[in-house]
Amino acid sequence: MITNLLFYIFATILISSAICVIVVKNPVHSVLYLVLTFVTSSCLWMMLKAEFLSLALIVIYVGAVMVLFLFVVMMLDIDSENIKEGFFANLPLAITVGVIVLGEIIIALYGRPIITENINNINQNISNANQLGFELYTHYSYPVELASIILLLGLVIAVALTLQKTDKKAKYQNINKQVMVNSKDRLVLLDIKNNTAVDINDGANK
Amino acid sequence: MEILQNLLGVGLGYFAWYLLNAIGLIIPLVVFVAYLTFAERKILAYMHGRLGANRVGPKGLLQPFADLLKFIFKELIMPTRANKWIFNISPVILLFCALLVWAVVPLSPQIIFTHVNAGVLYVLAVSSLGVYGIVLAGWSGNSKYSFLGGIRASAQMISYELAMGFSIIGVLMVSGSLDLVEIVKIQSIGKMGGGLLSWNWLPLFPLFLVYLISGVAETNRAPFDVCEGESEIVAGFFVEYSGTKFALFMLAEYLNMVLVSALTVLMFLGGWLSPFPMSFGFIGKSSILWLIIKVCFLLFGFIWYRASFPRYRYDQIMRLGWKVFLPVTLVWIFILGAWIISPLNIW
Repeated sequence: MITNLLFYIFATILISSAICVIVVKNPVHSVLYLVLTFVTSSCLWMMLKAEFLSLALIVIYVGAVMVLFLFVVMMLDIDSENIKEGFFANLPLAITVGVIVLGEIIIALYGRPIITENINNINQNISNANQLGFELYTHYSYPVELASIILLLGLVIAVALTLQKTDKKAKYQNINKQVMVNSKDRLVLLDIKNNTAVDINDGANK
Repeated sequence: MEILQNLLGVGLGYFAWYLLNAIGLIIPLVVFVAYLTFAERKILAYMHGRLGANRVGPKGLLQPFADLLKFIFKELIMPTRANKWIFNISPVILLFCALLVWAVVPLSPQIIFTHVNAGVLYVLAVSSLGVYGIVLAGWSGNSKYSFLGGIRASAQMISYELAMGFSIIGVLMVSGSLDLVEIVKIQSIGKMGGGLLSWNWLPLFPLFLVYLISGVAETNRAPFDVCEGESEIVAGFFVEYSGTKFALFMLAEYLNMVLVSALTVLMFLGGWLSPFPMSFGFIGKSSILWLIIKVCFLLFGFIWYRASFPRYRYDQIMRLGWKVFLPVTLVWIFILGAWIISPLNIW
């Protein structure tokens, strides 16, 4: 009974916060609502006893991806008054895209039977993480490798896009040189007698 | 627990029992943190050749409570055009996450709030949430200094989380479990006879060093405290906070210090195990006292670094995290994998 109640509470929070993501005016607030959406969906997964996936969702999406989102959104200089401009002009397109995406999800869910036979094979004695790792690296090792290569490609492309050609005029620090420096390179102690001239380069040449 | 369930009914009694447990965990922690701040002042003073706090109570021992009272009676200032809701909630988020992690941290095989078999994963998940408190505190104060501080702190925390995560992976590889109690248990057996030498720190020495240093960086402590570098950006992300809200930030920072030390002890320094082999009788017994001694040792280290090292420059912090620690941990994980499947395997 209490599980059902919890499910409805989490589901309500999930849906209302997901709606708030697109409704609220301040973009930082929408990012925070998105974070709330992720956290509640991870709670729902936890209720399905998928503790590894649910914690991984928090570590990856909430802990890393959304923080970077928040960074970018905070830096943007958005005029929150005019942000809803052109709402009605774009409405037909938005509705079309929404209907297509929803239809695709429905077809994917009902078009072919969801793999349910494997759910019964789950051994309750082995932990969730253990089982998932075993499956991923034995039966599904090619898809995992493929996905990792695609991600690596994305990483390389992002670096290639932002890497600018070295500007000759720009000044750079040689980090290795900085790290290897020691006190003798920076400070020289000289014995100076009274009323005598000292060549400044004297110490440096020693 | 049975008494409470008889008194309040099954469901409510269960709830009350866990509530009492939580209070029993949090209050000693907060008192520990209070005296940690006092210890920090005294140790720093000793290292600087000063006297330190010695006015309130005998030898200044009541100083933390004086500080607390001062925080409570200070005025709460709300900056103009600050985002009020987020401004108020961000210190709460930070403290909430710092306390939430303690739910799965075992202090001994018996003294543990909840025993989950994915404890390490839970610790990683919840401690990665704390960064929201910092970044939102920096943003909501409507001040450029606090914004810069928040951005610096969160960039630093995200970078060092990776190195920490990879050094934890090394520990998981040798112990084969996500359970913190199991990780400690596995350190008590081994070819070295179950003492100081069989703990994880020796075979995983590079990972131990990376974890220790990343822990200092993760808690934004000196010498990695650029996010509150007072010579550059006043006090960083909490520059706009005053009174009790400021106290919450302080509490969260010191709680995180204790947490990082406790996790280092559990994963690398044998938790509640004694540094002497079992055959030593009384002194070789494992007990919670050993855990506390080890945690205090690491916390002393935290204070010692603060007194000894000058602050890192920001780009050097990033370089250390991404270009030194991350490759070291990655390479060491491959070496470790080869070691485990080779005949020289000691686990």
